[in-house]
Amino acid sequence: MKNNTVKSAEIKKIYMDHSATTQTDPAVVEAMLPYLTKFYGNPSALYSIAEESKKAIDRSRETIASFINASPSEIIFTSCGTESDNQAIISIARLKKEKGNHIITTSIEHHAVLHTCDYLQKEGFEVTFLPVDGYGRVSAEDLKKAIKPTTILITIMHANNEVGTLQDIKTLSSIAHKNGILFHTDAVQSIGKVPVDVVEMGVDMLSSSAHKLYGPKGVGFLYVKKGVPMKPFMHGGDQERKLRAGTENVASIVGYAKAIELAKNSYEAEAIRLRNLSRYFVEELDKAVPDVVFTGHPTDRTPGHVSCCFSYIEGESVLLMLDSLGICVSSGSACTARSLAASHVLLAMGIDVTIAQGSIRFTLGHENTKDDIDYVLKHLPGIVDKFRKMSPLYEK
Amino acid sequence: MYNKKVKDHFMNPRNVGKIKNPDGTGEIGNPKCGDVMHIEIKVEKGIIADVKFQTFGCAAAIASSSMVTEIVKGMTIEEAEKVTNQAVADALEGLPPEKMHCSNLAADALLKAIQEYKEKQK
Ligand SMILES: Cc1ncc(COP(=O)(O)O)c(C=O)c1O
Ligand code: FES
Repeated sequence: MKNNTVKSAEIKKIYMDHSATTQTDPAVVEAMLPYLTKFYGNPSALYSIAEESKKAIDRSRETIASFINASPSEIIFTSCGTESDNQAIISIARLKKEKGNHIITTSIEHHAVLHTCDYLQKEGFEVTFLPVDGYGRVSAEDLKKAIKPTTILITIMHANNEVGTLQDIKTLSSIAHKNGILFHTDAVQSIGKVPVDVVEMGVDMLSSSAHKLYGPKGVGFLYVKKGVPMKPFMHGGDQERKLRAGTENVASIVGYAKAIELAKNSYEAEAIRLRNLSRYFVEELDKAVPDVVFTGHPTDRTPGHVSCCFSYIEGESVLLMLDSLGICVSSGSACTARSLAASHVLLAMGIDVTIAQGSIRFTLGHENTKDDIDYVLKHLPGIVDKFRKMSPLYEK
Repeated sequence: MYNKKVKDHFMNPRNVGKIKNPDGTGEIGNPKCGDVMHIEIKVEKGIIADVKFQTFGCAAAIASSSMVTEIVKGMTIEEAEKVTNQAVADALEGLPPEKMHCSNLAADALLKAIQEYKEKQK
């Protein structure tokens, strides 16, 4: 057991937590800088440096809108993915209250959606949390059955952050529309990784966040289809067509557009590269470590996303050992690593609660190579073995 | 999140394993809650001659188990009984507040092992 400490010379830094956040791309930082140092004028002001920041926002809106096949006027900039989710859900709930009080979502949403729905439930709204299958997919039949005359909104995430599984949004949104119900999707984990086309997907609202795709933290957008009503919940100035008051985060918006522009040119090739890497990783890991339960859909998932549970042990200990080797991963969801409960996503997928305690998520991105994976594969089996030998649940 | 001492006991835990013919064993926790602690003791002339643990749990749980075994090894049963959860946490130079319950498990599992030993003596 002793001497597990590695000499510092051997320690690398291998970041495999791209679903938590990404490193801001240097080209993004470069694009942002002039809007902090030179064109710092308030976009609402009338002098020329302000004119430049206003134009930059307009250009950014166009770049982003075109990437998801929307019109620029359908994009509202927000402070993050969480705000976009809150804005969409709470706004529709308030505006459609006369029509009904029923909202449908899923049991595997990010807390930005789940806790927003809980909040509305406390206010008297009725919420249905749809179940998922063992891969984390929602069934069209379950959705149809859940619809009531009082249903005003359906919100279903595109890609799940913990297990990577993608939903068939096109089918699900068409069910909503046949019943005259608005459809929102949280696409925070999918934009820049898989095709996202709001027309093709048939969504009325869509949330996104820049920091998941090599953009800066603290900026997001909400796509709102023309004609869909919105009620602001930030009150103040006239920014964002009076839908989101507050002086715009100009530099971050510019950085967001730059990140989208970079993704546009590279994401298809990158998706193939990441899928190959993660396939190799899964195959080798499965060979090297017994009793690994891979979670999420094997193919219908975001590129580079590998999630699994190591039976008989607890995820945090594996995470910390990997950290001591310079490898950054997460256990369960990044946001719940400090809480004691097993992941709500894994439990909803029917994974045994004891097994769910051993969950680890590796999310690969731009800077990861096959060498990185080999480095992880070199150390991970020994770490798992060490903790299994320490576990009273493991009798071998 | 964890201090150096906790990390040390987590990375290099002392007294991991099982004892052949233990004089007392104590198990506490529930895998559903994410933690199970199993402690075994060997007692010679009223003194804890050997103690081993197995733990399924987070880093704090592993470090606490390791620490409690280190504290009580060589103690008399009477002394070992008095080792509190707080004493384990203090010996680890503190745990994050949300991880305090993990140290509770360690002292509780030890106490259970001691109780079992005492039962056998009757
Ligand atoms: C699916 C999903 N939705 C929403 C969010 C929240 O995004 P943000 O961190 O920008 O608030 C995240 C990020 O963790 C996410 O993964
Ligand atoms: S053992 Fe439960 S969180 Fe530490």
